[in-house]
Amino acid sequence: MRTATNPLDLRDPRTLDEALAILAEDGPRTPIAGCTDVFVNLHFGTTPARRFLNLWALDELRGITAGGTLRIGALTTYTQLIRSEAVNDWLPALVAASREVGGAQIQNRGTLAGNVANGSPAGDSLPVLAVADAVIVLRSASGERRVPITALYTGYRATVIRPDELIVAIEVPRVEGRQWFRKVGTRAAQAISKVVMAGVRGPEPRIAFGSVAATVVRAPATERVLAAGGSIDDARRALQSEIRPIDDVRSTAEYRLRVAGNLLRQWWVESA
Amino acid sequence: MRFILNGAPAEVDAHPMKRLLDVLREDCGLTGTKEGCGEGECGACTVLIDGEPVVSCLVPFAQAREAEVVTIEGLGGEHPYQRAFAEFSGAQCGICTPGMILAAVALGPAPTLEEVRTGLAGNLCRCTGYEAIYRAIHSATA
Ligand SMILES: Cc1cc2nc3c(=O)[nH]c(=O)nc-3n(C[C@H](O)[C@H](O)[C@H](O)COP(=O)(O)OP(=O)(O)OC[C@H]3O[C@@H](n4cnc5c(N)ncnc54)[C@H](O)[C@@H]3O)c2cc1C
Ligand code: FES
Ligand code: FES
Repeated sequence: MRTATNPLDLRDPRTLDEALAILAEDGPRTPIAGCTDVFVNLHFGTTPARRFLNLWALDELRGITAGGTLRIGALTTYTQLIRSEAVNDWLPALVAASREVGGAQIQNRGTLAGNVANGSPAGDSLPVLAVADAVIVLRSASGERRVPITALYTGYRATVIRPDELIVAIEVPRVEGRQWFRKVGTRAAQAISKVVMAGVRGPEPRIAFGSVAATVVRAPATERVLAAGGSIDDARRALQSEIRPIDDVRSTAEYRLRVAGNLLRQWWVESA
Repeated sequence: MRFILNGAPAEVDAHPMKRLLDVLREDCGLTGTKEGCGEGECGACTVLIDGEPVVSCLVPFAQAREAEVVTIEGLGGEHPYQRAFAEFSGAQCGICTPGMILAAVALGPAPTLEEVRTGLAGNLCRCTGYEAIYRAIHSATA
């Protein structure tokens, strides 16, 4: 089904400053990046949004640089993440996650900031960003602030991003330890995750899950068990009391809890 | 708005939020680009933008500004893949075919079977069972 275009209003800025001024003076507007979430929601009637802001021309939001931190521009696509030497070096788990997002067509258009801002608990990049302690760089006409990814979400698809703010970049510090990513879905391409996990096996083990709660979650109690030298069975028990998945159309809570435990074990065995 | 369509400059006056798919079919009269699902899942509406396959049902027209868009018509009908899809029954009902061919073209001159499988993972076919499609691509590049 397609939505009539007549009532839709689009502003199409050429610079970031112009975009931020539009949000400040003529907001609220829904930003559009690769549009792979926005257009699906628009044409299937699940969004009331009628006023939009096109970000696609803002080259300032493109590019990946590695220095003290890895800085990934908001409009970086999955294809660009996969091809980036810096991302392969710093954050191979993000490359693994990107390869499993949709097919080539979605990877060519879908952006990292779009995945973050969309805030679906099934967003495949989010557990990776959570174990990497990524920081989301937000900018408005009145300034810039940095929010750790784990503090970005306040509930199901709800974030602290203000209507006058844009994500301009995602920053990731060096991650110590071996990275791991695994997505369990119905098929490789195009499937929304049933459960997705990222892990880092280092001096301080880090674990994050998607699709087991209203937001992406770290598993601090489970991490503490492993950091203290506890067994993987103890860790698994800690995990089962730490996460509270739900039943929905894609899966049941019980299945998700079991799969999460299995993934935890698989990670521990494979990263040993 | 100006863009390059199948190698020639084009100027089309359409709503910036109109789906590129609809602009191509309705405003440009190029009906080779098909609509399957309208939600990015099937790849039937695949076109190339600046050489990369994208699903035109999820591209607002505004994002095609100054871009190079290639549709199946841009291959001219005699592309080796077009001939091979006909010869090896890579096309049955044909709805997926333009998208399949454009996604395959984007893989470069001689993709491996693995590259073809990955590259076409976003293109669904309800008719052929895919093997005939892989055979067609392989024969055209062998
Ligand atoms: C067929 C298909 C398969 C998919 N498969 C997967 C999958 O396997 N895994 C997965 O995680 N996702 C998947 N997705 C969802 C989607 O592709 C991703 O979430 C993608 O990263 C969204 O990026 P985008 O640039 O297209 O976002 P858009 O649709 O442009 O925007 C998404 C949201 O983010 C906001 N936004 C975008 N950029 C910014 C910014 N810079 N600042 C502030 N807000 C912003 C928008 O306002 C909107 O609310 C799939 C989608 C489709 C259609
Ligand atoms: S019609 Fe665009 S992907 Fe199916
Ligand atoms: S030939 Fe019918 S969908 Fe592929």
